[in-house]
Amino acid sequence: MDRHLWTALVDDGRVRTTPSILHLDLDAFFAAVEQRDKPSLRGKPVIVGGVGGRGVVATASYEARVFGVGSAMSTAEARSRCPHAAFLTGRFDAYQQASREVMSQLRALSPLVEPLSLDEAYVDLAAPGSDLDLSERGLAETVTRLKAAVGEVTGGLTASVGIATSKLVAKIASELDKPDGAMIVPAGTEQQLLAPMQVTALPGVGPATAERLRHIGVRTVDQLQHIGADELVRVLGQAHGASLFALSRAHDDRPVVAERAIKSVSVEDTFEQDLVDPVLLAAIVDRHARNVCARLTKARLSGRTVTLKARRHDFSTVTRSATLAGPTDRPALVSRVARGLLDDLDTSSGVRLLGVGVSALADWIQDDLFAAEEDSADEAITAPDSGSDGARRHGRAWAPGTDVEHARHGAGWVWGSGLGRVTVRFETAYTGPGPVRTFQSDDPELRRRTVMVDDEEANSAATAETPAGPPGAAARTPSAPAGR
Amino acid sequence: MKFRLDRDVLAEAVAWTARSIPTRPGTLPQLSGILVATGPDGLTLSGFDYETSARVNVAADVADDGTVLVSGRLLADIARALPDQPVDIFLDGPKLSVVCGSSRFSLQTMPVEDYPQLPEMPQVSGTVDGDLFAAAVQQAVTAAGRDDMLPVLTGVKLEIDGSTLSLLATDRFRLSLRELSWRPEQTDLSVTALVPARVLAEVARSLPAGSELSIALGTADAGEGLIGFESVAAGGQRRTTTRLIEGAFPNVRQLFPTTSDISAQVEVAALIDSVKRVSLVAGRNTPIRLSFTEQLVNLEAGNGEEAQASESLEATLVGDDISIGFNPTYLLDGLGAITGSHVHIAMTQPARPAAFASMADAAAQPDLDFRYLLMPLRMQG
Repeated sequence: MDRHLWTALVDDGRVRTTPSILHLDLDAFFAAVEQRDKPSLRGKPVIVGGVGGRGVVATASYEARVFGVGSAMSTAEARSRCPHAAFLTGRFDAYQQASREVMSQLRALSPLVEPLSLDEAYVDLAAPGSDLDLSERGLAETVTRLKAAVGEVTGGLTASVGIATSKLVAKIASELDKPDGAMIVPAGTEQQLLAPMQVTALPGVGPATAERLRHIGVRTVDQLQHIGADELVRVLGQAHGASLFALSRAHDDRPVVAERAIKSVSVEDTFEQDLVDPVLLAAIVDRHARNVCARLTKARLSGRTVTLKARRHDFSTVTRSATLAGPTDRPALVSRVARGLLDDLDTSSGVRLLGVGVSALADWIQDDLFAAEEDSADEAITAPDSGSDGARRHGRAWAPGTDVEHARHGAGWVWGSGLGRVTVRFETAYTGPGPVRTFQSDDPELRRRTVMVDDEEANSAATAETPAGPPGAAARTPSAPAGR
Repeated sequence: MKFRLDRDVLAEAVAWTARSIPTRPGTLPQLSGILVATGPDGLTLSGFDYETSARVNVAADVADDGTVLVSGRLLADIARALPDQPVDIFLDGPKLSVVCGSSRFSLQTMPVEDYPQLPEMPQVSGTVDGDLFAAAVQQAVTAAGRDDMLPVLTGVKLEIDGSTLSLLATDRFRLSLRELSWRPEQTDLSVTALVPARVLAEVARSLPAGSELSIALGTADAGEGLIGFESVAAGGQRRTTTRLIEGAFPNVRQLFPTTSDISAQVEVAALIDSVKRVSLVAGRNTPIRLSFTEQLVNLEAGNGEEAQASESLEATLVGDDISIGFNPTYLLDGLGAITGSHVHIAMTQPARPAAFASMADAAAQPDLDFRYLLMPLRMQG
């Protein structure tokens, strides 16, 4: 492609002249919430994630990171690297509540806040309606106040903040000074900041792209800045090459977008054991379909495309979809289509994950002339009995980390369980380290303790999906250790 | 084999036959052929795809009897392109020669033994006026499904109750019902058949004007699961048989509401024009909203923030004001099947089906021989 055209494309982006995009990232968020609520774990390695046979680490505390444990690592590997860490399943209600407190602090700064996940968000400090001092000194004061407020409303969590003229640089800046960091990148210094970094610091540069770039002798952003657009496009393809050419020069004019449009609604479940029984699988698909439709209805949406996702025993993941003549939110129809897609899959060797999603969303529904009759005839398939079927999500009676309450000993959390016993440490965020006691698993005085959650927001956080943003800025969504 | 006939007669007969030969014969290449036979009755052309058979018989000067199988597609292309002069066709060794004026074609023949036996035409059940039937089928098939996953809905249900012939079709979202009178052989005949809509539409479309159509329903004794159509006109005698669709067609008659609180009358041609204009901004499959007030209907459509359109036209409303949304394509299909000058739309609620019927003029009663029931789009917002 013609170089002048490239330059024109790049220069056309209206990049801001003052740093006014703020990126906030809560430090080791899930682990930090656990340490807050479990005083005996403060200062110790904590790993939150799936604790089952094939669990994955969602977050590791900084104490665990020292041992080389990171998110997305298998729990088995994390155990071998850091055997003395506390391995906990997640408590999503607690994370959601903390996240909500933080987001409300961000919304107090500016009406334009774009949450990327529970622990991460962009804020447009120059949005109409926010009246902030955007001078160097004003920004520094804003950051100090924000970090203090976050600590206060969350009971001591820390966040790292970056402010720059673009999302790209703001995000990189928040990472540079982690944890509990703050960095403001003055306008005009962005390229300098990026130059010495490895190319993998740029969003969209994963191992595969890094390898291809290495072949043409490019390891750092500085080297990347000296490669022509033509060559990049030749090596990486049109879209990727073009976006990387822009990113390497810190050209990123993506706006902060408050409401991310929902593109699809889906529900999925991972099982502790591979499931084979077709009746059970069909019942799970039916239950997922009904959940998806309930969410669609609640969001006043409907969809035309039904997708079934299945992960087989060998980790191969298949998705199959079917598109209807018109959008629907009818559970019976979505369930029927999803079960039809399941029938076409070979599940004889076992399935470890099943999901149902609806996309091609609309805000209207083409009803069916026969629907009224069929819906009354088509009852939900009997959902499998919980407990006995192995299909419950990590449905162990007392997962480590779970909040519990004992009638005589008060509030605490599950320290460990097995062999018909459960060990509880009686402490909360407000008590300081507490004692450990062991009970029979079926002790009638022991029960779960839940944090109250505003259901509406919990749902929207779980269902929003954004299209892959221009320069492939993959939103880092923590993989849910449980409950999603 | 050797015969001579008029170029137009040949071209029309070949074209008609070629429509029922499969475009992708797969492992049965002989099905791509047209069987050409001459005898005392003149010329007979046959095509068959194991579902539908077509056989036409036309007069020709036969000098020599015989039967050959040649590529249907090629024969149709040639016949259509020939100059307007008598055509001589004869077997010349293994090839079929087609000579017309100074044009000469030579076609490879295929082994006749490989060609399947065409099904026998069942006994005629009754006859119907060809023009009436053609118009009725055209109205009925508008609502037929095209989704092969739901084969039952790709059919038109023929219901015969004495001298009343009903045609029913639905794709789940709309339903058409056309009733017409015919002349059964037995006045107490009561029978139903599910005919592929595609075949029925083709039979109706190619019926010569002014012809009479015989309908032949197979019975347990002969031709079970088969229906035949036969017409005789200047173009010769045409017979089509097709296999009926198996399965139970849903019970749809009771879906028409027996009473409706709201009814509207609008001039059809004006409404069609308005719907076409306004739906330009409706993306594929997005709603057009019709809001009826006492003397007006307002049409609106929009494509998110991108574009909106609205338009009003005269209407007569009996009952409460109502605002109802439709898929514009389904709405246009229904309006297109209305033959009178005005359409009568009976409604109950915005989320309940609306029934469309034709009115000969603004003052006439709705003509219930044809009814189109359309499920509205329900707005979630």
